[in-house]
Amino acid sequence: MNAFNRLLSTAAIGLAVGLTSVAAVAETPANMLVIANRIDDITTIDPAQSFEFAGSDVSRNIYSKLVNFNPLNLDAGYQPDLAESWTVSEDGRTITFTMREGVKFHSGNPVRAEDAEFSLRRVVILNKTPSFILTQFGFTAENVDKTIVADGNTISITTDKRYATSFVLNCLTAVIGGIVDKELVMANEVDGDLGNSWLATNSAGSGPYRLQGWKPNESVTLVSNPDYYGGAPAMERVIVRHVQESATQRLMLERGDIDVARNLNPEDVAGANKADDIAIDSELRGRLMYISVNQKHEHLAKPEVRQAIKYLVDYEGMQNSFLNGQYTIHQNFLPRTYLGAVDENPFSLNIKKAKELLASAGVGPFEIEVGVREAQERIEIAQSLQNTFAQAGITLNITVGTAKAILGRYRARELDMYVGAWGPDYPDPHTNAGTFAYNPDNSDEAKATGLLAYRNAWDTGGLTEKVAAAVIEGDRDIRAKMYADIQSEFRDIAPFAVLFQKIEQTGRNKVVKNLNLGGAITAVSYWPVTK
Amino acid sequence: MVTMLGLMFVTFVIGRIMPIDPVLAIVGEQASKSTYDAAYAQLGLDRPIIVQFSLYVWDVLHGDFGKSLLTARPVADDIKRVFPATLELASIGVFFGIILGVPLGVVAAVKRGSWIDQIARVIALVGYSMPIFWLGLMGLLVFYGILGWVGGPGRVGIFNVDIVPSVTGMILIDSLLDRNWPIFKDALSHIVLPASLLGYYSLAYISRMTRSFMLEQLSAEYITTARVKGMSESAVIWRHAFMNIRVQLITVIALSYANLLEGSVLTEIIFSWPGIGSYITTALLSADMNAVMGGTVVVGLIFILLNIFSDLLYKLFDPRAK
Repeated sequence: MNAFNRLLSTAAIGLAVGLTSVAAVAETPANMLVIANRIDDITTIDPAQSFEFAGSDVSRNIYSKLVNFNPLNLDAGYQPDLAESWTVSEDGRTITFTMREGVKFHSGNPVRAEDAEFSLRRVVILNKTPSFILTQFGFTAENVDKTIVADGNTISITTDKRYATSFVLNCLTAVIGGIVDKELVMANEVDGDLGNSWLATNSAGSGPYRLQGWKPNESVTLVSNPDYYGGAPAMERVIVRHVQESATQRLMLERGDIDVARNLNPEDVAGANKADDIAIDSELRGRLMYISVNQKHEHLAKPEVRQAIKYLVDYEGMQNSFLNGQYTIHQNFLPRTYLGAVDENPFSLNIKKAKELLASAGVGPFEIEVGVREAQERIEIAQSLQNTFAQAGITLNITVGTAKAILGRYRARELDMYVGAWGPDYPDPHTNAGTFAYNPDNSDEAKATGLLAYRNAWDTGGLTEKVAAAVIEGDRDIRAKMYADIQSEFRDIAPFAVLFQKIEQTGRNKVVKNLNLGGAITAVSYWPVTK
Repeated sequence: MVTMLGLMFVTFVIGRIMPIDPVLAIVGEQASKSTYDAAYAQLGLDRPIIVQFSLYVWDVLHGDFGKSLLTARPVADDIKRVFPATLELASIGVFFGIILGVPLGVVAAVKRGSWIDQIARVIALVGYSMPIFWLGLMGLLVFYGILGWVGGPGRVGIFNVDIVPSVTGMILIDSLLDRNWPIFKDALSHIVLPASLLGYYSLAYISRMTRSFMLEQLSAEYITTARVKGMSESAVIWRHAFMNIRVQLITVIALSYANLLEGSVLTEIIFSWPGIGSYITTALLSADMNAVMGGTVVVGLIFILLNIFSDLLYKLFDPRAK
């Protein structure tokens, strides 16, 4: 939809609704939750492979894990789930989990340590995209029979070296930590795929819901598990319907045909907010917007220039205009609500200070190319930067392109500057620290293109070692402090300016209570919901 | 067959040279080079393009369009699911277009310059120029949101999904076969608005073309002769002029129907209608090339079949073509 059409539709709906309000005439059943969401990113339901937002929403409600987040208290961090307790060996490499007794899969099969062993091993053996969350601990297809081992009611995992226990456990709360029913999955194995094809469209979990059906680009239907060990969910059925358009979602919400609208744009949020029976919830998510500059560039490599750039961003102006309600200012690489996250946002638009810094670096007016992927909000950020940078004598030439074109050049360290977005892969601070501030080999030959620091040719000046130290720190509080310190230093010296953190605004019928979208660290939870 | 092969080849080549990366669509932008390379090889992209194409054609000839990256299902199964939704919507849409557009075009031609002709022109002009997105949303707002006369987005109400067994994939027909009247009524209330919208756009095109064809015929000498012979005006219009535009009209209707069968993406998006248009578009934006290729082949096949069908009708209506 182009901007003109969007404007027309918004104006039309705004006008019409202003004149004649859409009265809620329908009501969903009291034991059913109906949600409108964009679910066209779901490619599989298999926890060993699922790595998309809407897929994570489904998975979180189907699969219990060894450890998990309590949706009603996310700040408490990971909590026991299928593992009732755990112990850590003296060398810090082996964690032994004791399984909760009496829990059953949806199939009726008991949940055993053997199932947990199978589930974690298959993630490593299948080696799908999210498998790195486990393989970063040294697990390989060749060694899993020794490193992930069930014994009676316990399962032990042994990492290749000592890591912070909180790091390992946080990673086990990711989608890949879902425990599947070995017996059921293996009964549906085809050509040695460990049930991967079957689990793409079926479920074999022990969580509060089971999958009744997934129709791509249409709907996902979950039915409650009355035998869930945490208690039967109040919502016996959850239907997530794919509704692409914000205006359509709003109409359905106002009509009472759905309980929750997940993708309202700012205009529809403002409109829906006026209805008596609708509440708008704002929740911080993990996605960050940032800019970065290439350290191969003669001028951009100077510390004063890196500093100056952070004063050449109109954070407030963007937040209060085209990003209004969708993003909030955040200048640190750990999203708020993550372990070790900090709130300091010391930079604001200050052309005078930026000019002074540029002058002290001995840099006159110069031109750079900024690469932007063809996404509206990123293009608008680049245009705002073009305006403010020009005021300090830096000419930004904006190159807009597809992901393949722009990302390809960014990975090849060819762009002077990049306007990017980054979402954490798993709910541990290392997910972002390990890419923004970690780059053990900055040579072109290293080809560490997965690391953001590498893509900007940045030798992190000691932060790599600090990140490596933080990831093995056993004490959770000390570890949090280490990340806070790393971010403080990062803000000053890095060729990155983290700009904003994503806010998700959801329209909700006021009868729906306890709906938690998962914040920045996890996905939505349906089981605490009541009406 | 040659046309199909040509279509497949062009689509395949475009798919390979377009600046969308199917590997990134799978592994995500955070992936390391080794993960990227492994997925690249797994997709067979490291082979020469002619080998890739040959393998693809071989598979298609065996009914295998490959697996969709987005849905994790065989593309053939996806098409079986989404195409009936579009077929159902497009058929009703073009039906509206024909039963309203043809008489309107004929009357506009016969009453050329009159107020009826002006109204027909305005209707067609609005149909051509009004953004379908806006019109669809306004339709939803008024008839669903405010008046509540029609069902909302989707093919049936949320609680009626998957109630009737799928035989043809077209819910109206399946519910009739199942004699499930509540579902039939619900499906009808959901389809009437998007089908009317599509029908309106067909109507605009069909009525203008009908008017143009009729004007050409009405100015012909044989029409004057018929009138001089004392034939009634209705006989002149319907038995002579109209009979002679049937062949041209078939082409127009076939084209209009084929366009609707391609899937009206915006209509499908606004009404959350899971048809082939939104399927191909979503696949294209996500670099799901198997799905794009499969969808394109099906759309190409529709055009070819409609052309064949038109040719058969030509022979029926035009003795010179026999």
